[in-house]
Amino acid sequence: MAEIAESGGGGHGKGGKKRAKKQSTRVDMTPMVDLAFLLLTFFVLTSTFSKPKSMELSLPAEPPPGPQPELKNGVTFLLTKDDKIFYYAGEFYAADNPKGKPATELKETNFSSEGLHKLLMEQNKWANDEIDKLAAQNKAKTLADTTFKRMASDVTGNTLAITALIKTDDQATYRNAIDMLDELKICNVGKRVLGVEMMASEYALLQTKIGK
Amino acid sequence: MGKIKIHKSSPSIDMTPMVDLAFLLVTFFMLTASFRMAEPVIVDPPSSVSDKTLPENTVLVTVDNNGRAFFGVGNGQARRNTLTQMSAKYGVKFNDKQAKKFEGLSSFGVEIKDLPRYLDASEAERLKFQPQKGVPLDSLNNQLRDWIQISATELNVIYTTNKDKALADGVEFKGEKPRYAIKADGKAKYIYVKDVFKTFTDMKIYTFNLITSMEGGSTVAPAKAH
Repeated sequence: MAEIAESGGGGHGKGGKKRAKKQSTRVDMTPMVDLAFLLLTFFVLTSTFSKPKSMELSLPAEPPPGPQPELKNGVTFLLTKDDKIFYYAGEFYAADNPKGKPATELKETNFSSEGLHKLLMEQNKWANDEIDKLAAQNKAKTLADTTFKRMASDVTGNTLAITALIKTDDQATYRNAIDMLDELKICNVGKRVLGVEMMASEYALLQTKIGK
Repeated sequence: MGKIKIHKSSPSIDMTPMVDLAFLLVTFFMLTASFRMAEPVIVDPPSSVSDKTLPENTVLVTVDNNGRAFFGVGNGQARRNTLTQMSAKYGVKFNDKQAKKFEGLSSFGVEIKDLPRYLDASEAERLKFQPQKGVPLDSLNNQLRDWIQISATELNVIYTTNKDKALADGVEFKGEKPRYAIKADGKAKYIYVKDVFKTFTDMKIYTFNLITSMEGGSTVAPAKAH
Protein backbone atom coordinates (compact mmCIF):
# COMPACT_ATOMS: atom_id res chain seq x y z
CA MET A 1 0.00 0.00 0.00
CA ALA A 2 0.83 3.61 0.25
CA GLU A 3 2.81 3.53 -2.92
CA ILE A 4 1.26 6.51 -4.51
CA ALA A 5 -0.13 5.49 -7.82
CA GLU A 6 2.33 6.97 -10.23
CA SER A 7 0.34 7.32 -13.33
CA GLY A 8 -2.97 8.62 -12.11
CA GLY A 9 -5.23 8.13 -15.00
CA GLY A 10 -3.45 10.67 -17.04
CA GLY A 11 -1.92 10.41 -20.41
CA HIS A 12 -4.67 12.16 -22.30
CA GLY A 13 -4.01 14.88 -24.69
CA LYS A 14 -0.27 14.57 -24.58
CA GLY A 15 0.22 14.28 -28.19
CA GLY A 16 -0.89 11.93 -30.83
CA LYS A 17 1.30 9.01 -30.08
CA LYS A 18 -0.63 6.22 -28.53
CA ARG A 19 1.18 4.09 -26.10
CA ALA A 20 0.10 1.01 -24.26
CA LYS A 21 -0.69 2.36 -20.82
CA LYS A 22 1.74 1.09 -18.29
CA GLN A 23 -0.39 0.59 -15.26
CA SER A 24 0.93 0.06 -11.84
CA THR A 25 0.09 -3.31 -10.32
CA ARG A 26 -0.20 -1.78 -6.90
CA VAL A 27 -3.57 -1.27 -5.39
CA ASP A 28 -4.18 1.52 -2.97
CA MET A 29 -4.68 -0.31 0.27
CA THR A 30 -5.29 2.70 2.49
CA PRO A 31 -9.05 2.20 2.96
CA MET A 32 -8.57 -1.46 3.75
CA VAL A 33 -5.94 -0.71 6.35
CA ASP A 34 -8.13 1.97 7.85
CA LEU A 35 -10.86 -0.56 8.20
CA ALA A 36 -8.51 -3.16 9.64
CA PHE A 37 -7.34 -0.78 12.33
CA LEU A 38 -10.87 0.33 13.04
CA LEU A 39 -11.91 -3.26 13.63
CA LEU A 40 -8.80 -3.91 15.66
CA THR A 41 -9.57 -0.98 17.94
CA PHE A 42 -13.15 -2.10 18.28
CA PHE A 43 -12.27 -5.64 19.28
CA VAL A 44 -9.51 -4.56 21.62
CA LEU A 45 -11.86 -2.26 23.45
CA THR A 46 -14.88 -4.49 23.61
CA SER A 47 -13.40 -7.87 24.37
CA THR A 48 -13.23 -8.96 27.98
CA PHE A 49 -9.98 -10.63 28.72
CA SER A 50 -10.27 -12.01 32.17
CA LYS A 51 -13.27 -13.99 33.09
CA PRO A 52 -14.67 -12.92 36.41
CA LYS A 53 -13.16 -14.62 39.41
CA SER A 54 -15.30 -16.19 42.03
CA MET A 55 -15.11 -17.49 45.53
CA GLU A 56 -16.95 -20.61 46.49
CA LEU A 57 -19.07 -20.43 49.57
CA SER A 58 -21.17 -23.00 51.33
CA LEU A 59 -23.73 -21.83 53.79
CA PRO A 60 -24.80 -23.93 56.74
CA ALA A 61 -28.14 -25.65 56.52
CA GLU A 62 -30.76 -24.71 59.07
CA PRO A 63 -29.65 -26.32 62.32
CA PRO A 64 -32.03 -28.80 63.90
CA PRO A 65 -34.04 -27.30 66.75
CA GLY A 66 -32.80 -27.79 70.28
CA PRO A 67 -29.63 -26.85 72.11
CA GLN A 68 -26.61 -26.30 69.90
CA PRO A 69 -23.51 -28.40 70.42
CA GLU A 70 -20.68 -26.70 72.25
CA LEU A 71 -18.28 -24.86 70.04
CA LYS A 72 -14.74 -26.16 70.29
CA ASN A 73 -11.93 -23.70 69.67
CA GLY A 74 -14.39 -21.25 68.25
CA VAL A 75 -13.83 -17.59 67.62
CA THR A 76 -16.84 -15.45 66.87
CA PHE A 77 -16.42 -12.32 64.82
CA LEU A 78 -19.05 -9.64 64.86
CA LEU A 79 -18.83 -7.33 61.87
CA THR A 80 -20.33 -3.92 62.18
CA LYS A 81 -20.28 -0.41 60.72
CA ASP A 82 -17.14 1.54 59.76
CA ASP A 83 -15.30 -1.72 58.99
CA LYS A 84 -14.99 -2.56 62.66
CA ILE A 85 -14.65 -6.10 63.90
CA PHE A 86 -15.39 -7.27 67.41
CA TYR A 87 -14.52 -10.77 68.47
CA TYR A 88 -14.54 -13.14 71.37
CA ALA A 89 -13.20 -16.65 71.82
CA GLY A 90 -15.24 -19.61 72.91
CA GLU A 91 -18.83 -19.58 74.06
CA PHE A 92 -20.83 -16.47 74.70
CA TYR A 93 -21.80 -15.76 78.28
CA ALA A 94 -24.15 -12.93 79.09
CA ALA A 95 -23.54 -10.92 82.25
CA ASP A 96 -26.11 -12.88 84.26
CA ASN A 97 -25.65 -16.38 82.89
CA PRO A 98 -26.91 -19.29 85.05
CA LYS A 99 -23.59 -21.13 84.85
CA GLY A 100 -21.92 -18.30 86.71
CA LYS A 101 -19.17 -17.87 84.10
CA PRO A 102 -17.61 -14.44 83.72
CA ALA A 103 -19.37 -12.31 81.14
CA THR A 104 -17.90 -12.32 77.64
CA GLU A 105 -15.87 -9.28 76.74
CA LEU A 106 -15.78 -8.11 73.15
CA LYS A 107 -12.39 -7.13 71.81
CA GLU A 108 -11.98 -4.84 68.85
CA THR A 109 -9.79 -5.31 65.83
CA ASN A 110 -9.69 -4.11 62.22
CA PHE A 111 -8.94 -5.33 58.74
CA SER A 112 -5.31 -4.22 58.66
CA SER A 113 -2.46 -6.71 58.60
CA GLU A 114 -1.58 -5.69 62.15
CA GLY A 115 -5.12 -6.37 63.29
CA LEU A 116 -7.07 -9.28 61.94
CA HIS A 117 -4.21 -11.02 60.16
CA LYS A 118 -1.96 -11.03 63.23
CA LEU A 119 -4.81 -12.09 65.46
CA LEU A 120 -5.77 -15.03 63.27
CA MET A 121 -2.17 -16.13 62.90
CA GLU A 122 -1.90 -16.29 66.69
CA GLN A 123 -5.26 -17.90 67.29
CA ASN A 124 -4.68 -20.49 64.64
CA LYS A 125 -1.02 -21.05 65.47
CA TRP A 126 -1.32 -24.81 65.76
CA ALA A 127 -2.79 -25.27 62.28
CA ASN A 128 -0.43 -22.76 60.73
CA ASP A 129 2.61 -24.49 62.21
CA GLU A 130 1.40 -27.89 61.02
CA ILE A 131 0.76 -26.60 57.54
CA ASP A 132 4.13 -24.87 57.42
CA LYS A 133 5.77 -28.19 58.30
CA LEU A 134 3.84 -29.97 55.57
CA ALA A 135 4.63 -27.21 53.09
CA ALA A 136 8.35 -27.59 53.88
CA GLN A 137 8.11 -31.30 53.18
CA ASN A 138 6.19 -30.58 50.02
CA LYS A 139 8.87 -28.16 48.92
CA ALA A 140 11.60 -30.71 49.62
CA LYS A 141 9.68 -33.09 47.33
CA THR A 142 9.19 -35.66 50.06
CA LEU A 143 5.44 -35.10 49.97
CA ALA A 144 3.32 -35.28 46.85
CA ASP A 145 1.09 -32.35 45.98
CA THR A 146 -2.16 -34.25 46.34
CA THR A 147 -1.10 -35.75 49.65
CA PHE A 148 -0.10 -32.30 50.83
CA LYS A 149 -3.50 -30.89 49.95
CA ARG A 150 -5.29 -33.72 51.69
CA MET A 151 -3.15 -33.49 54.81
CA ALA A 152 -3.51 -29.73 54.93
CA SER A 153 -7.28 -29.99 54.81
CA ASP A 154 -7.10 -32.62 57.56
CA VAL A 155 -5.16 -30.14 59.67
CA THR A 156 -7.65 -27.33 59.15
CA GLY A 157 -10.48 -29.71 59.95
CA ASN A 158 -8.85 -30.89 63.18
CA THR A 159 -10.49 -30.01 66.49
CA LEU A 160 -7.30 -28.22 67.53
CA ALA A 161 -7.69 -25.78 64.63
CA ILE A 162 -10.06 -22.91 65.20
CA THR A 163 -13.56 -22.55 63.87
CA ALA A 164 -14.55 -19.05 62.85
CA LEU A 165 -18.09 -17.82 63.10
CA ILE A 166 -18.89 -14.66 61.22
CA LYS A 167 -21.91 -12.70 62.30
CA THR A 168 -22.95 -9.40 60.88
CA ASP A 169 -25.21 -6.63 62.09
CA ASP A 170 -27.34 -4.45 59.84
CA GLN A 171 -24.52 -1.95 59.30
CA ALA A 172 -21.81 -4.24 57.98
CA THR A 173 -21.14 -4.22 54.27
CA TYR A 174 -20.75 -7.12 51.90
CA ARG A 175 -17.12 -6.18 51.41
CA ASN A 176 -16.49 -6.72 55.13
CA ALA A 177 -17.89 -10.23 54.91
CA ILE A 178 -15.79 -11.08 51.85
CA ASP A 179 -12.62 -9.59 53.35
CA MET A 180 -13.24 -11.61 56.47
CA LEU A 181 -13.65 -14.86 54.52
CA ASP A 182 -10.55 -14.00 52.54
CA GLU A 183 -8.41 -13.39 55.58
CA LEU A 184 -9.61 -16.64 57.14
CA LYS A 185 -8.59 -18.47 54.01
CA ILE A 186 -5.16 -16.85 54.03
CA CYS A 187 -4.70 -17.81 57.67
CA ASN A 188 -5.63 -21.47 57.04
CA VAL A 189 -8.87 -21.40 58.95
CA GLY A 190 -10.72 -24.25 57.29
CA LYS A 191 -13.89 -24.10 59.31
CA ARG A 192 -15.56 -20.86 58.39
CA VAL A 193 -19.20 -20.28 59.11
CA LEU A 194 -20.98 -17.30 57.63
CA GLY A 195 -24.60 -16.49 58.02
CA VAL A 196 -25.32 -17.46 61.60
CA GLU A 197 -27.82 -15.09 63.15
CA MET A 198 -26.45 -12.80 65.81
CA MET A 199 -27.93 -13.54 69.23
CA ALA A 200 -29.90 -10.78 70.91
CA SER A 201 -27.46 -10.70 73.82
CA GLU A 202 -24.52 -10.40 71.45
CA TYR A 203 -26.25 -7.62 69.58
CA ALA A 204 -26.95 -5.74 72.80
CA LEU A 205 -23.33 -6.04 73.88
CA LEU A 206 -22.14 -4.93 70.45
CA GLN A 207 -24.36 -1.86 70.62
CA THR A 208 -22.86 -0.80 73.94
CA LYS A 209 -19.39 -1.27 72.41
CA ILE A 210 -19.99 0.87 69.37
CA GLY A 211 -21.63 3.43 71.59
CA LYS A 212 -25.17 3.61 70.44
CA MET B 1 33.30 18.90 -8.61
CA GLY B 2 30.56 16.43 -8.69
CA LYS B 3 27.20 17.62 -7.72
CA ILE B 4 25.83 15.59 -4.89
CA LYS B 5 23.16 13.56 -6.40
CA ILE B 6 20.24 12.93 -4.16
CA HIS B 7 18.82 9.58 -4.89
CA LYS B 8 15.28 10.10 -5.79
CA SER B 9 13.24 7.52 -4.00
CA SER B 10 9.64 7.29 -3.20
CA PRO B 11 8.84 8.81 0.20
CA SER B 12 6.53 5.97 1.06
CA ILE B 13 7.39 2.95 3.14
CA ASP B 14 6.35 -0.55 2.49
CA MET B 15 3.57 -1.12 4.94
CA THR B 16 2.82 -4.71 4.09
CA PRO B 17 4.23 -6.21 7.30
CA MET B 18 2.25 -3.75 9.40
CA VAL B 19 -0.93 -4.60 7.56
CA ASP B 20 -0.23 -8.29 7.98
CA LEU B 21 0.13 -7.75 11.68
CA ALA B 22 -2.99 -5.64 11.88
CA PHE B 23 -5.04 -8.34 10.22
CA LEU B 24 -3.51 -11.01 12.37
CA LEU B 25 -4.56 -9.10 15.46
CA VAL B 26 -8.02 -8.43 14.08
CA THR B 27 -8.46 -12.13 13.44
CA PHE B 28 -7.19 -12.98 16.90
CA PHE B 29 -9.49 -10.57 18.66
CA MET B 30 -12.47 -11.56 16.55
CA LEU B 31 -12.02 -15.19 17.40
CA THR B 32 -11.28 -14.76 21.08
CA ALA B 33 -13.65 -11.94 21.88
CA SER B 34 -16.45 -12.62 24.25
CA PHE B 35 -18.63 -9.63 24.40
CA ARG B 36 -19.40 -7.76 27.50
CA MET B 37 -23.13 -7.78 27.86
CA ALA B 38 -24.84 -4.52 28.63
CA GLU B 39 -25.66 -4.65 32.30
CA PRO B 40 -28.55 -2.80 33.86
CA VAL B 41 -26.44 -1.64 36.77
CA ILE B 42 -22.76 -1.15 37.50
CA VAL B 43 -21.56 -3.27 40.36
CA ASP B 44 -18.12 -3.12 41.90
CA PRO B 45 -17.48 -6.48 43.52
CA PRO B 46 -15.05 -6.69 46.43
CA SER B 47 -11.62 -8.17 45.83
CA SER B 48 -10.42 -11.50 47.11
CA VAL B 49 -7.46 -13.84 46.83
CA SER B 50 -9.61 -16.47 45.18
CA ASP B 51 -8.57 -17.24 41.62
CA LYS B 52 -11.23 -19.67 40.50
CA THR B 53 -12.82 -18.55 37.27
CA LEU B 54 -16.54 -18.37 37.11
CA PRO B 55 -18.18 -21.24 35.24
CA GLU B 56 -20.20 -20.34 32.14
CA ASN B 57 -23.41 -22.04 33.07
CA THR B 58 -24.77 -19.93 35.87
CA VAL B 59 -27.84 -18.47 37.40
CA LEU B 60 -26.63 -15.04 38.36
CA VAL B 61 -28.11 -12.76 40.98
CA THR B 62 -26.62 -9.29 41.11
CA VAL B 63 -27.08 -7.05 44.13
CA ASP B 64 -26.27 -3.38 43.70
CA ASN B 65 -25.27 -0.99 46.47
CA ASN B 66 -28.87 -0.01 47.12
CA GLY B 67 -29.84 -3.60 47.71
CA ARG B 68 -31.76 -4.11 44.46
CA ALA B 69 -31.59 -7.64 43.11
CA PHE B 70 -31.07 -8.31 39.42
CA PHE B 71 -31.57 -11.67 37.84
CA GLY B 72 -29.79 -13.24 34.90
CA VAL B 73 -29.15 -16.62 33.30
CA GLY B 74 -26.00 -17.47 31.37
CA ASN B 75 -27.70 -19.28 28.51
CA GLY B 76 -30.04 -17.79 25.92
CA GLN B 77 -32.02 -20.95 25.35
CA ALA B 78 -32.64 -21.42 29.08
CA ARG B 79 -33.59 -17.75 29.32
CA ARG B 80 -36.28 -18.12 26.72
CA ASN B 81 -37.72 -21.30 28.22
CA THR B 82 -37.74 -19.70 31.65
CA LEU B 83 -39.65 -16.74 30.31
CA THR B 84 -42.29 -19.00 28.80
CA GLN B 85 -42.86 -20.76 32.09
CA MET B 86 -42.79 -17.59 34.17
CA SER B 87 -45.25 -16.02 31.76
CA ALA B 88 -47.65 -18.91 32.28
CA LYS B 89 -47.19 -18.84 36.03
CA TYR B 90 -47.76 -15.11 36.51
CA GLY B 91 -50.21 -14.64 33.63
CA VAL B 92 -48.06 -11.99 31.95
CA LYS B 93 -48.15 -12.20 28.17
CA PHE B 94 -45.04 -11.70 26.05
CA ASN B 95 -45.09 -11.45 22.28
CA ASP B 96 -42.46 -13.06 20.06
CA LYS B 97 -40.46 -9.88 19.72
CA GLN B 98 -40.26 -9.44 23.46
CA ALA B 99 -39.29 -13.07 23.97
CA LYS B 100 -36.56 -12.64 21.38
CA LYS B 101 -35.26 -9.57 23.18
CA PHE B 102 -35.35 -11.42 26.48
CA GLU B 103 -33.15 -14.10 25.00
CA GLY B 104 -30.39 -11.53 24.60
CA LEU B 105 -30.87 -9.87 27.96
CA SER B 106 -28.04 -10.44 30.40
CA SER B 107 -29.93 -9.45 33.50
CA PHE B 108 -32.83 -7.32 34.62
CA GLY B 109 -34.21 -5.86 37.80
CA VAL B 110 -37.90 -5.26 37.31
CA GLU B 111 -41.07 -6.94 38.43
CA ILE B 112 -42.54 -9.39 35.97
CA LYS B 113 -45.57 -7.19 35.33
CA ASP B 114 -43.23 -4.42 34.13
CA LEU B 115 -41.09 -6.77 32.10
CA PRO B 116 -42.94 -6.46 28.74
CA ARG B 117 -42.62 -2.68 28.93
CA TYR B 118 -38.97 -3.03 29.94
CA LEU B 119 -38.26 -5.27 26.96
CA ASP B 120 -39.92 -2.84 24.56
CA ALA B 121 -37.71 -0.03 25.77
CA SER B 122 -34.47 0.67 23.96
CA GLU B 123 -31.14 0.01 25.61
CA ALA B 124 -30.68 3.66 26.60
CA GLU B 125 -34.21 3.92 27.94
CA ARG B 126 -33.73 0.86 30.12
CA LEU B 127 -31.15 2.61 32.25
CA LYS B 128 -33.73 5.21 33.20
CA PHE B 129 -36.57 2.71 33.41
CA GLN B 130 -39.02 3.22 36.24
CA PRO B 131 -39.88 1.46 38.46
CA GLN B 132 -36.65 -0.50 38.61
CA LYS B 133 -36.66 -1.65 42.18
CA GLY B 134 -35.06 -5.00 41.58
CA VAL B 135 -36.71 -8.39 41.30
CA PRO B 136 -38.98 -8.73 44.34
CA LEU B 137 -37.73 -11.26 46.87
CA ASP B 138 -39.74 -10.66 50.00
CA SER B 139 -41.60 -13.61 51.44
CA LEU B 140 -45.01 -12.50 50.17
CA ASN B 141 -43.98 -11.93 46.60
CA ASN B 142 -40.81 -13.86 45.96
CA GLN B 143 -40.47 -13.66 42.20
CA LEU B 144 -36.72 -14.12 42.44
CA ARG B 145 -37.28 -17.55 43.90
CA ASP B 146 -39.42 -18.61 40.94
CA TRP B 147 -36.97 -17.19 38.45
CA ILE B 148 -34.12 -19.08 40.08
CA GLN B 149 -36.01 -22.31 40.43
CA ILE B 150 -37.30 -22.41 36.86
CA SER B 151 -34.07 -21.27 35.23
CA ALA B 152 -32.00 -23.75 37.25
CA THR B 153 -34.27 -26.54 36.04
CA GLU B 154 -33.93 -25.28 32.47
CA LEU B 155 -30.15 -25.08 32.72
CA ASN B 156 -30.07 -28.60 34.06
CA VAL B 157 -32.24 -29.83 31.21
CA ILE B 158 -29.90 -28.26 28.68
CA TYR B 159 -26.87 -29.62 30.52
CA THR B 160 -28.19 -33.19 30.53
CA THR B 161 -29.31 -33.06 26.89
CA ASN B 162 -25.89 -31.84 25.84
CA LYS B 163 -24.23 -34.47 27.94
CA ASP B 164 -26.39 -37.29 26.59
CA LYS B 165 -25.80 -36.06 23.07
CA ALA B 166 -22.05 -35.99 23.61
CA LEU B 167 -22.17 -39.47 25.09
CA ALA B 168 -24.23 -40.80 22.19
CA ASP B 169 -21.77 -39.31 19.72
CA GLY B 170 -18.85 -40.69 21.69
CA VAL B 171 -17.36 -37.22 22.22
CA GLU B 172 -15.81 -36.16 25.45
CA PHE B 173 -18.19 -33.86 27.28
CA LYS B 174 -16.59 -30.72 28.65
CA GLY B 175 -19.60 -28.83 29.97
CA GLU B 176 -19.96 -27.91 33.59
CA LYS B 177 -22.92 -28.37 35.85
CA PRO B 178 -24.99 -25.24 36.31
CA ARG B 179 -24.06 -23.20 39.35
CA TYR B 180 -25.45 -20.30 41.29
CA ALA B 181 -23.48 -17.10 41.30
CA ILE B 182 -23.97 -13.97 43.32
CA LYS B 183 -22.38 -10.71 42.32
CA ALA B 184 -22.80 -8.04 44.91
CA ASP B 185 -21.39 -4.57 45.27
CA GLY B 186 -18.75 -4.22 47.96
CA LYS B 187 -20.55 -1.26 49.43
CA ALA B 188 -23.90 -3.03 49.65
CA LYS B 189 -25.07 -3.71 53.16
CA TYR B 190 -24.57 -7.33 54.02
CA ILE B 191 -28.21 -7.75 55.03
CA TYR B 192 -29.33 -7.20 51.45
CA VAL B 193 -27.06 -9.99 50.26
CA LYS B 194 -28.29 -12.06 53.17
CA ASP B 195 -31.85 -11.78 51.84
CA VAL B 196 -30.64 -13.23 48.57
CA PHE B 197 -28.80 -16.01 50.42
CA LYS B 198 -32.02 -16.69 52.29
CA THR B 199 -33.93 -17.07 49.03
CA PHE B 200 -31.41 -19.70 47.97
CA THR B 201 -31.19 -21.54 51.28
CA ASP B 202 -35.00 -21.72 51.42
CA MET B 203 -34.73 -23.77 48.26
CA LYS B 204 -32.08 -25.99 49.86
CA ILE B 205 -29.33 -24.50 47.73
CA TYR B 206 -26.31 -23.97 49.93
CA THR B 207 -23.34 -23.60 47.61
CA PHE B 208 -22.63 -20.48 45.62
CA ASN B 209 -19.94 -18.77 43.66
CA LEU B 210 -19.46 -15.25 44.91
CA ILE B 211 -18.06 -13.11 42.15
CA THR B 212 -15.06 -11.12 43.26
CA SER B 213 -12.41 -9.09 41.53
CA MET B 214 -8.75 -9.91 41.74
CA GLU B 215 -6.82 -8.85 44.82
CA GLY B 216 -5.09 -5.55 44.33
CA GLY B 217 -8.23 -3.60 43.64
CA SER B 218 -9.81 -1.31 46.14
CA THR B 219 -10.22 -2.75 49.59
CA VAL B 220 -10.65 -1.26 52.97
CA ALA B 221 -7.67 -3.25 54.16
CA PRO B 222 -4.15 -2.35 53.16
CA ALA B 223 -2.12 -4.95 51.31
CA LYS B 224 -1.80 -8.12 53.30
CA ALA B 225 1.57 -9.31 54.44
CA HIS B 226 1.04 -12.83 53.18
